[in-house]
Amino acid sequence: MWTARTAARRLVLSPRRWQHTTSRQPLSSVTPEDIAHFAKILPRNAILSTLPPSALPSSEIEQYNNDWMGKYHGSATTVLRPQTTQQVSEIMKWCYERRIGVVPQGGNTGLVGGSVPVKDELILNLGNMSKVRSFDPVSGALVADAGCILESLSEYIAPHNHIMPLDLGAKGSCQIGGNVATNAGGLRLLRYGSLHGTVLGLEVVLPDGTILDNLTTIRKDNTGKPTSGYDLKQLFIGAEGTLGIITGVSILTPPAPQATNNIILALPRFENVLPLFKTARLHLSEILSAFEFIDREAYELAVKHGQGRALGEDEVEGAQCFVLLETSGGKKEHDEEKLTTLLESLMDAEDPLIITGVLSQSPTQFASLWRLREGITEAVSKEGKAYKYDISVPLASFKDVVDTTREHLRKNGLLHADAVKQVIGYGHVGDGNLHLNIVAAAYTPEIEAALEPFVYELVASYNGSISAEHGLGAMKAHAIHYSKSDVAVDMMKRIKQLLDPRGIMNPGKVLEV
Amino acid sequence: MRATAARLINILVPVKRCVDYAVKIRVNPQQTGIDTNVKHSMNPFDEIAVEEAVRLRERLKDAVKSIKVVTIGPPKSSETLRTALAMGADSAIHIEIPESAPAPEPLGVARALKAVVERQQGGVDLIIMGKQAIDDDMGQTGQMLAALLGSSQATFASKLDLDVEKKVAMVRTEIDGGAEELVCKLPAVVTTDLRCGHDVFSDSFTEPRYASLPNIMKAKKKPIEKLTPADIGVDLTPVLETLKVTEPPKRVGGGKVENVDELVAKLKEAGFTAVSA
Repeated sequence: MWTARTAARRLVLSPRRWQHTTSRQPLSSVTPEDIAHFAKILPRNAILSTLPPSALPSSEIEQYNNDWMGKYHGSATTVLRPQTTQQVSEIMKWCYERRIGVVPQGGNTGLVGGSVPVKDELILNLGNMSKVRSFDPVSGALVADAGCILESLSEYIAPHNHIMPLDLGAKGSCQIGGNVATNAGGLRLLRYGSLHGTVLGLEVVLPDGTILDNLTTIRKDNTGKPTSGYDLKQLFIGAEGTLGIITGVSILTPPAPQATNNIILALPRFENVLPLFKTARLHLSEILSAFEFIDREAYELAVKHGQGRALGEDEVEGAQCFVLLETSGGKKEHDEEKLTTLLESLMDAEDPLIITGVLSQSPTQFASLWRLREGITEAVSKEGKAYKYDISVPLASFKDVVDTTREHLRKNGLLHADAVKQVIGYGHVGDGNLHLNIVAAAYTPEIEAALEPFVYELVASYNGSISAEHGLGAMKAHAIHYSKSDVAVDMMKRIKQLLDPRGIMNPGKVLEV
Repeated sequence: MRATAARLINILVPVKRCVDYAVKIRVNPQQTGIDTNVKHSMNPFDEIAVEEAVRLRERLKDAVKSIKVVTIGPPKSSETLRTALAMGADSAIHIEIPESAPAPEPLGVARALKAVVERQQGGVDLIIMGKQAIDDDMGQTGQMLAALLGSSQATFASKLDLDVEKKVAMVRTEIDGGAEELVCKLPAVVTTDLRCGHDVFSDSFTEPRYASLPNIMKAKKKPIEKLTPADIGVDLTPVLETLKVTEPPKRVGGGKVENVDELVAKLKEAGFTAVSA
C-alpha cells in the first residue's frame, strides 16, 4: 500500500548498491508457487508482492526495502504481514523447507541496515501483530505482540500510571519486538536498565517454524525471576533477528514518576561534562533519570531544523556543549529541593562548571527541551546523509573522538560542503555511549573508505565498543572482532549454526558466516 | 529611550494557574467538575502576556518602571508567580484563597483586580492579561475589568506597543475580518491573543521564554505580597451555579476496509446504491 511514509522517504538518486561480502549456503528466491502457498496461510491483503498474481509495482514495497536513512536498499519481491504467531510459524516452516532467506522487520527505524534485505530475502513485517495481550497493573507486567509501536504501549499503560522502561526518539514508529531484538538502549537506560533486565519473557518463532513460548511461565510466575535452566530469552535479546523472530514480549513496566523535571545546561568547556555528571549524581542521586550530552554543532543543527525551541542567544553564548538532565521522582517538592540545591551549588561555585541553563516550567517546555535532544537524529537526516557510529568509549574521550574524526576527514580533503558537511557528537553520557554522526552531502565510497576502518580502530584504541546500542546489523557484521574476542565470536557462530543450520534467518546481519 | 519627566509606566499582569493544556481532561464521577489532580501550569495566554510585558521593557528600557504579576488562587498558585518572576517580572501579589474554595469567576476576579489596581502606589498604566483562561474559556475578565475601571480596552491583541510620551498604547487586535489597529489612552487593559508579537510574514508565535537559571535564582529573592480577599474588601463567592459537567458524546469509530470490493460491499450494506449511469 502506498503510504505517506513512502513519499517522505528521500531516496538516493543513484542508489548505493549494498556490497555484501558474506558467503552463505545458497538460498532460494521467492517464486509464484511460494506466493500461492502463502495465500493458503494468510489473507490476500497480508501478501505484498511484485510477483504474480498480485504483481504490484516495486514502488509499492519500496518503504519495506529501504531503511530509514535511505542508506541501505534491499531488493525483496515479497513482503508478508502476518497477524498471528501461528501464521508466522507456518511461514517459517515453509521458508525453512524451501531455504528462503527471511528478514524480520518491525518499524524499520534501525540505523545499521539490519531490517532490510541484503538481496531479495522475504520480508516478514510484524506491523499487523499489534495487540496488547495483557497488563497487570499491580506488577506492571505488560504482555504484547511484537508489532506494537512503543509509543502506543506507553499510551496504553499511562492511565494505569506506568511507563515503558525504555524510550527513544523513534518511539512513534519503532516496535517493541524490534526494540528487544536490537537490545535498544535509549534515554531511560540510566534509570531503568537494559532490556536484558526488564524483559520477563519472550515468544519466539525459530527458523524452522517451532514456536518457543517463554511467555506462559512468566504469566504464572509474575515475580520477574528468570525460569530455571538456561535463560533462553537472553539469546534473542540483541540477536537482531538472526536466531529467531520475536512475536510476543512480556516486559516489566515501572510506575510512572509523580514528578518530572528537565534542564538544559550550557557548559563552557567539554572537560566539565564529567565533573558535572558526578556532581549531578551526588546531589540528585535516585531521582536522576537521564543525562544526555549534546555538542554545540549538534545543538545548532537541531535548532536549524526546528526541533524544539532554541535557548536564548545570551544563554548559549560561549557554550561549547550542552547537557540535558532529567529528574523523575515521587514527590514534586522533594525533587525540586534537590534540583535547587544542585543548581545553586553549580551557579555559586568559585569556578562554575556551567555558564547557565534553563529549567522547564511546564509540560510544554519539558517536551520542547527533550525535543532539542531527540530531534537531533531527524535534523541530521534533513541536513544530509548520515554516517552514524554508535560507540562506547570513556566519557572523557567523547570530544577527542569527534575532533580526531573531523581532523582525519579534513586531512583527507573531505571536509567541505560537497562532501562531509559536519561532524557532530551527542549521546547518553550516563552509559558512556556516544553517537558520532558524520553528515555528508551524499553517501560516497571515498567518505566511507576514509571512515572505515578508521573509526573502528579509533574506538578499539580506547578499548571501546563499536556498537553500544544500535546493533551490528549489516553495517558492522564484518567488524565485530573490533569489540569481541575470537573465542566469543566463534561461540556465537556455533549457536547460530545450532538454531539456524540453513542460514535463512536474517542472513548477512550481525555475524559473517 | 530616555524616560521623560512624566510618570514612568507601571505594568500589571494578572496570571492564572490552570490545568495544563496537554493533560487529558476527565470529568469527575460526581459530574460537578473535572479531575484536578493533574499537572497545572500558567495559562498559556497569560504566559504570552508576561512575555509581552518583558519584551516591552526590553524595547522601552527604563521607561517601564515596574512589572507586577498578580494571581488569585490556592497556595500552589505561588509557583505560577515564581515562573512569571523568573521570566522577568519584578514582584508579585498572591491573593490566596483556600484549596477547597470554588474557582473564582470573571466578575469576582475583575473586582479583585480593580481593588489591587487601586492599592498600587504610583498607579497602574497598563494591564496586560490573557484573552481567556483555558480551563473555563470565559474570556470576560479583561473586558469587565476595563469597564469597572472606566479605562480603555483592546482585546485579542496581536501586537502591542507603547508611546510613553503621548501616554497611549498602539494595539493591533484580531477581529473576524482580519485585524484592527487601535490607539488607546493609558491607563488601558489589553488582552493577548495567541499571535501576540507575531510577525505577519513569519510563522512564529510569541513563544514565552524559558526561565534561565540566573533568573530563577533571582526570582527566589523577589517579593510576593500575600493578601486575602478580605484584605482587599472583595467577596469572591460565586454567583453562578454549575448544574452538571459531562463529556461530549463519544465519537463512534469508523471502520477500516482492506480493498475497494469491501468498501463497495459495506456501502451497499449501509443502503447506498450506485448512481445509474
